[in-house]
Order: sequence, then structure tokens, then C-alpha cells
Amino acid sequence: MLLTLLVIVTIAIVRMRSLFGVIALSGVYSFLMASVLMVYDAVDVAMTEAAVGAGVSTVLLLAALHLTKAREYPQPRPAAIPLLVAVVVGVALIWATYDLPAFGIADAPIHKHVAPHYLQNAIQETLVGNVVSAVLADYRGFDTFGEVIVVFTAGIGVMLLLKGRRQGRDGREGDAR
Amino acid sequence: MRLDVVLRVGVKLIIPFMLLFGLYVQLHGDYGPGGGFQAGVIVAGALIVYALIFGLDEAQRVVPRRLVEFLVPLGVLIYAGTGAFALLNGHNFLDYSVLAAHAPAGRERGILLVEAGVLVTVSSTMIALFYAFSERGR
Repeated sequence: MLLTLLVIVTIAIVRMRSLFGVIALSGVYSFLMASVLMVYDAVDVAMTEAAVGAGVSTVLLLAALHLTKAREYPQPRPAAIPLLVAVVVGVALIWATYDLPAFGIADAPIHKHVAPHYLQNAIQETLVGNVVSAVLADYRGFDTFGEVIVVFTAGIGVMLLLKGRRQGRDGREGDAR
Repeated sequence: MRLDVVLRVGVKLIIPFMLLFGLYVQLHGDYGPGGGFQAGVIVAGALIVYALIFGLDEAQRVVPRRLVEFLVPLGVLIYAGTGAFALLNGHNFLDYSVLAAHAPAGRERGILLVEAGVLVTVSSTMIALFYAFSERGR
């Protein structure tokens, strides 16, 4: 049911020409995705999806839309090669899913590696009841450090790009490129 | 402009609860869903709502851009500093057991510190992105 709604929203996003509507629909998409993740009991991820995907990124996209035009130009020529690439990649991905263990099965490799150790020992070892937090911040602290660096780098990059351009335009000193 | 009084009052009412919820998500992340990333986005969302309703200048009077630009690297430094502290005490990078007498208590404290670093960087980065986009639009 939720996945059907996701497909409908995706098709609507692809077909829509008004970028304002596209942004609104992508917010809807994020909320649906958050609901799907809730169904899978991935509460932490659902929360992130709802806050980042539906909340902040919608606002940022709207702010970006303010700087551009609100309508998408229709494609001048038929996009045969992109369509072919998309179909081939899609087929390859679906083909690859046949090698995955059956969905929701308990003895999949991912449930046998370190997950049981985390689930059984996280509370004694870290005094943190939420195993997701314990894994993110402690057992896999290095990865989370990398994520923070990614956020940091992205923020610095956007600030430099947008700020640098603005000063170049205001200062009228040479071509700000 | 007179018609937006409902929005202004409503936003004024809702922002304290947004900030409180952000704090709850941050500090309760040890026991329930949540953590630095989610809390950071919620806190940033509170300021963005404020900026949307009251204008960019008002928001930048509350949280100036200089402060945001200072906070973005500060969060990374909190995280890296926690790791480096363990390193300086003869443990591995990000081994939190040095932070308290008993290893589990130290790890709990380490998670708290690290999540605080995540909160600072994520929230200030979101605010910085919003500032960068909306300043260009003027």
C-alpha cells in the first residue's frame, strides 16, 4: 500500500513541470518513505528521513527555487539513451536481488556477523539502552565521525560557493568565476 | 502584512516546544529513537521557521552568521577532540573508556560528547545552508 503510493508519487514527480509542485511532492515522498521505514521498525532512520528529507531539504529546495525559474522546460528531444541506461541498470539491479537472502529471514548473513553481539552486550558495555545509538556513536564511532566530516565539508562547500559568487557580483571586480 | 499575525503568534508559541523537542531527541537518544543528527535538524528547523516568518534579518540577529560559521567546525572539533583525548591517554582513537573510571560509564559519556558534536555541526550546517541560499535571493 505504502509502496504503491510511493510509485504514484514518483510518477507524478517525473511528469510534473511545475517545480513548486515537484518540491511539495518530494516532501510527500519523504514522509511516505519515513512511514515505510516505521513499518520496518527502523525508527531512528524514519525520524531522520522525516526531519531531513521532508523538513529541511524541502525548505532548502524552496529557497533554491526562489533563485531560479519555477517551471521546468520540456525536453527538446527524446531521451533514448538515458532511458536505455535506466532500463538496463534497473534490470541489472532486479537481477542482482535474486542473489540476496530471502526478505526478513532470520539467518541472513547480516544477522549473524556482529549484530547479535551488539544486541546482547550493548547495554552492559555502554550503558546506552538504544542499540542504534550505541552502534552509531560507539562501536562504529569512526564511521559517524566520517559522516560528520561529510556534513561539515558539504556545508563549507555550499558556503564558499554561494558566498564567493555574491561578493564577486557586489564588488564588481573582474568576472567572478 | 497584517494577516500574518496568526502565523507570527503561532510560530512564537511553537518554537520553544521545537527547541525542547530537539533537546529531548538529543538527550533521550540514549534510550529512545534519536540522536545528534535528528536533534540537529530539529533545532535548525526551529530557527528556519523563525526566519521564514519574521524574516532573515530578525533570524540573523538571534543567530548571527559569524556564530554559525564558528559552530560548524566546532562540532567536528568536539568529536575529534573526544577521539584525540583517548589517543593522548594511550588508547585508540575514539576509545571512550578513558573518560570515566569504569569503561561502560566512560563509553556512555563518550557517546554523549560525540552526539553533542554531531548536534552542533549538523544544526549549524543546516542553518548555514539556509542562510547561504536565502541571502542570495535578495
